[in-house]
Amino acid sequence: MAKTILNILATSYRATLEEQDDTVVWLTQAMRGNGAHANLLLRGSCVNYGMPDQHSQGLKIGTWQQKNPPDLVRDLKSLNDKGAKIYYVEEDAAHLGLEKTELLNFLHPVSETQLAKLFANYDYVWQW
Amino acid sequence: MSMRKTFTFVLMDPPFETSRISTAMRMMSCAAEQGHSLQVFAYEGSVFLALAQQKAHANLVHGHNEQEESHPLTKDWIAALQRETEKQGAHFEWINCGLCAAERGALDYIPGVKTGSPADLVRFTESSDNVVVIPTRG
Repeated sequence: MAKTILNILATSYRATLEEQDDTVVWLTQAMRGNGAHANLLLRGSCVNYGMPDQHSQGLKIGTWQQKNPPDLVRDLKSLNDKGAKIYYVEEDAAHLGLEKTELLNFLHPVSETQLAKLFANYDYVWQW
Repeated sequence: MSMRKTFTFVLMDPPFETSRISTAMRMMSCAAEQGHSLQVFAYEGSVFLALAQQKAHANLVHGHNEQEESHPLTKDWIAALQRETEKQGAHFEWINCGLCAAERGALDYIPGVKTGSPADLVRFTESSDNVVVIPTRG
């Protein structure tokens, strides 16, 4: 049986314009595609990834125009479709002023007080 | 008095790891579009920004082939800034720190990018209207 992994993502929008995705969301998808049982926890400002109406279109540098901007909502949906559970820290959402009803409906809220219990379900907990 | 200014940017981050390079490039792009001249001193990991061997790739996780993915490359951003400043009749100069490049083996750049030393940073500073430092943060 595959080992269980929880990727904790705490740094938001890290090179997303250059990579056209979040590299930890990408890696979690790629690991699942290769048979890993990997899930994702969004904490801190990364909870904003759950806001459905965001976009990054329009980047232009000199004569260069971005054709395929990052789409974090698409990527979270894709990860969810691959069977991953995606959690977010409730208190961090509150700090950002984000209501549960505003966030993508397949995200699972978890309280700070429940994090240790969540971590106990995994063989590995990786902080990115 | 000319409205055209000369700005020096000192960069320190490598490509594809933080948002700082995208932000710096956007600031430079705005300046270039307004006809200002740009001087860049690429220090430490930023010597990789102009690396000629950078290559776009497909992205199977996105379900895109290489053309559909159209992956950004920082060397192309630098070339785009070169073209924009040329179009505007402004000056563009990009110097990579030679020691930083040597220790990383990052020695093959796109045309127009040169290797230099902190003496170039002094030269840039003396000839600039302002200098913007965008360092790596731990």
